[in-house]
Amino acid sequence: MKKLLLGNAAVARGAYEAGVRVVASYPGTPSTEITESIVQYPEIYAEWSPNEKVAAEVAIGASIAGARSMPCMKHVGLNVMADPVFTAAYTGVNAGLVFCVADDPGMHSSQNEQDSRHYAEASKIPMLEPSDSGECKEFTKLAFELSEKYDTPVFLRLSTRISHSQSLVELNERENDELKPYEKNAAKYVMMPGNAIKRHVEVEKRLAALKEFSETTEINKAEINGSDIGVICGGTTYLYAHEALGDSVSYFKIGMIYPFPDKAIVEFCKKFKTVYVIEELDPVIETQCKALGIEVIGKERFTLLGEYTPTLIKKAVSGEEIPKENALDELLPARPPVMCAGCPHRGTFYVLKKLGLTVSGDIGCYTLGAVPPLSSLDTTICMGASVSAAHGMAKARGPKFNKKLVSVIGDSTFMHSGITGLTDIVYNKGANTVIILDNSITGMTGHQENPTTGYTIRGEETKQVNLIALCKSLGVEHVVVADPFDVKNFEKVVKEETEREEPSVIIAQRPCALLKRVKYSGHCVITDACKNCKMCMKLGCPAISVKDDKVVIDNTQCNGCGLCVNVCPFGAIKKED
Amino acid sequence: MTKSIMIVGVGGQGTLLASRILGNTVIREGYDVKVSEVHGMSQRGGSVVTYVKYGDKVYSPTIDKGQADLILAFEILEAARALPYLSKNGTMIANTQQINPMPVITGAATYPEKLDEKIEKKANLVKLDALSIAKQAGNIKTVNVVLIGVLAKNSEIPYEKWVETIKETVPEKFLEVNLKAFELGYNV
Ligand SMILES: Cc1ncc(C[n+]2csc(CCOP(=O)(O)OP(=O)(O)O)c2C)c(N)n1
Repeated sequence: MKKLLLGNAAVARGAYEAGVRVVASYPGTPSTEITESIVQYPEIYAEWSPNEKVAAEVAIGASIAGARSMPCMKHVGLNVMADPVFTAAYTGVNAGLVFCVADDPGMHSSQNEQDSRHYAEASKIPMLEPSDSGECKEFTKLAFELSEKYDTPVFLRLSTRISHSQSLVELNERENDELKPYEKNAAKYVMMPGNAIKRHVEVEKRLAALKEFSETTEINKAEINGSDIGVICGGTTYLYAHEALGDSVSYFKIGMIYPFPDKAIVEFCKKFKTVYVIEELDPVIETQCKALGIEVIGKERFTLLGEYTPTLIKKAVSGEEIPKENALDELLPARPPVMCAGCPHRGTFYVLKKLGLTVSGDIGCYTLGAVPPLSSLDTTICMGASVSAAHGMAKARGPKFNKKLVSVIGDSTFMHSGITGLTDIVYNKGANTVIILDNSITGMTGHQENPTTGYTIRGEETKQVNLIALCKSLGVEHVVVADPFDVKNFEKVVKEETEREEPSVIIAQRPCALLKRVKYSGHCVITDACKNCKMCMKLGCPAISVKDDKVVIDNTQCNGCGLCVNVCPFGAIKKED
Repeated sequence: MTKSIMIVGVGGQGTLLASRILGNTVIREGYDVKVSEVHGMSQRGGSVVTYVKYGDKVYSPTIDKGQADLILAFEILEAARALPYLSKNGTMIANTQQINPMPVITGAATYPEKLDEKIEKKANLVKLDALSIAKQAGNIKTVNVVLIGVLAKNSEIPYEKWVETIKETVPEKFLEVNLKAFELGYNV
């Protein structure tokens, strides 16, 4: 039976068919739906881990204990889990272990555009890269086979267009469901120098064997169409190149990027006058080809930036000009993403903006606090950096600066990597104020449970992290819970806490407006008492705008959250049913 | 021959469901199909674009400028933004609803006037007020299915195939109102 599946759902299906028993992940676009799709298979234990490092370690442990397992993450998550990954390359596996990582060329939903293919060579772990949902499923299964056959973890590399495109997939039965026996083997799994030195020898032997595999595997395949142009590509660019150039060129499609199929590539290139390497982001394949002494055309013709398109490829290869586009003669206003109507973060940023504070930011829906009119954030680097970077800012500029400085960090992000930064502040005598934006969910990536929500990935009730007790136990003596929609009180609390000479935490508590249990009703209306001061416009609410110099509320957008009612200095906004 | 359809709108309008209904309907006809979606950041009230391509064999899941046979626009500014993607003989189906983007709300930009008339001068446009039709069907959230109805009318795929997919995709509770919305859209 064939089914239309998202690339991510196809990876999950592949894991299911491969007999996977444990999947541990941290959400991250574009990888999130892999783990969300795993939940439909009761045979598989699934969890949202607090961060990617934990997820990888859970999967590594499960593999050593005899279960096929897989952590899934976005590209930057791989940086977080890099530590265990590099050593898992040395221990190898008991049952199959696949690290699934999704890159985001074009940065649809990311803070950088890293090319995770570099990790394969750096960590000495083989890497496969599928081109559509069918291959997502097949390559996942192959990755597990290779993992066990060669005693190594295997990377499966995806990118946004593969993860988030649906195509047809043939479904099969589940196999290899049994646990492998567990036997203590310290020489293999205790990585202290004496053992690791011996394991490194095994790693190099295994890579040599995998290189042989890469030379002959069907997933590295030539498609000869009898012309004098050859194209080397893989993943997304195989699709784009095929669409652009059809049968007018020959292809070498790389499905296994590492170890690189040297001989097969040399053989392929011999057949052509001109060879192009077409790959998004960095010249990974191109560098390999050049190291082999092959002359190829690569990044001198193709950009290092963003996603490719068939048109871009056609132009680069044939020099064909792109026909002039049919467009209106005027510049259209952009439509950047915005915080939803009813978003609890809006109250927080309204106050921070009003107080003119420096805001050390982080990653989540609240990163949108950076855009006008709230324009609050000063920095966003990576998950957790809001807390530790603010500590660095305060140490650099002193107490006076620190009294006008706060960190903002979401509940999921705080559990992911904010706790260590807060520990640092307490331990090293900082006096920062950290605002935990507790909206009771991992919002940005589409509503995943996390340790602060009290529910597991399968919606089962579980112990809920007590953020107050947690912060206090780290040594933060001043922990205050405040509702960001009660703007008067929230402002008072922020002023008080930033004044302190000691660390403090404000838990800004109000659930995400999109949660099912949040039931705002009716909508807000402007009454005759309106003096047109436009204070409510400072909220940046998508429901409030100005028409003919009068403020109006669009009730198809308004969900009646009432924040504007609290902000209006004249009591001129009322809630109606 | 591949057919390329682009669905554009504002995050939260239900474009994703529309592209899935379309994708699952064309496979009933035995085509190869690819649907490219947008998740994450831009879903939060930003411009969203999804692509559906079908034919004997589809390679790229994306559609380039000048290549869309049909564009289904959920909002008129997004229709204007997508215009460069429409092929020479392509058709644009657009909901005339206006949703102000943040730069317009803050006063940094103005919402362009008479976009429908401007688009008509450049392309073959089918326009409708899908929001009113959705209200008429009984739920403003069915704008996406109203638009799917218009798309169905402009496609070569038989009416029943669409209905079959909607029955499979939409939860029982909302089925009736969605089927009504589809029919109203189909008969616009
Ligand atoms: C290392 C890493 N992993 C995952 C992500 C993807 N990601 C961005 S923000 C976020 C979580 C946001 O949740 P939360 O902190 O609760 O804030 P909210 O979006 O709910 O406001 C995730 C998972 C990332 N950017 N970096």
